[in-house]
Amino acid sequence: MTLRTASFLAITVLANSGGEIAVTRAMKDIGEIKNFKLAALLTVFKRAFHSGWMRLAIALLAAGFFSLLALLSWADVSFVIPATASTYVFGGLGAKFLLGEQLSPARWAGIVLVSVGVALVCAS
Amino acid sequence: MDFSLRPKTYISLVLIVLFSSGGNIFLSQGMKQIGAVRVGSAMDLVRLFVEIFTSGWIWMGIAALLLFLGCFMVVLSWADYSFVSPASASSYIVVPLVGHFLLGEKVPPLHWAGIMIICVGVGLVRHTAPSTTRKE
Repeated sequence: MTLRTASFLAITVLANSGGEIAVTRAMKDIGEIKNFKLAALLTVFKRAFHSGWMRLAIALLAAGFFSLLALLSWADVSFVIPATASTYVFGGLGAKFLLGEQLSPARWAGIVLVSVGVALVCAS
Repeated sequence: MDFSLRPKTYISLVLIVLFSSGGNIFLSQGMKQIGAVRVGSAMDLVRLFVEIFTSGWIWMGIAALLLFLGCFMVVLSWADYSFVSPASASSYIVVPLVGHFLLGEKVPPLHWAGIMIICVGVGLVRHTAPSTTRKE
């Protein structure tokens, strides 16, 4: 893996996990969606996109998106997409320490296995 | 703690996998057509943006990823992020299969082994409670 690929992979992973944690904060503030009619969903999305958490999420996800676009221009999709699975590790830590989720041993074991899988993918 | 999946959680996860896989495959096709990114001047940057945003593949990728984001937002309104994110990782099977069989990309054996281990990890997460901050 070249330094350029590693750098863009790191930006993609950190921006995406941070962005998704910010999306979660925004949606948890709104509460469980129970009405799935299009008009109701659009109202929920409108509310969500007015929150500061969602604005932060958009900025981070946009950074991750453009970093991914650049990465995909020279690397194979079958390498890039599995390698971004390390988002789980950062996501798991963020979920525990920033969102207050209770991660059971089984969930952590799953995250560790995902990390091992990522290491194998990066080594191949 | 309830470990079962409600239908709306299951359907949301399936849609997330489909849209994220489709989005990444479309973006990959678009960027492969454009070629390796080389930005040496402001004009190069402008030319790159024009090429990106006039590509049909890129727009299809953006549409798929917007639908993914919508489904992701919906399911996160009731389920844990640490559950949804790994549980939706079946795209790690879908994307290499499509990359290998439709786009002709070479997937080495060690790469496949890594993907399988990722899937086992995802399976473990799938058997935990979808929500630990409220009743699922």
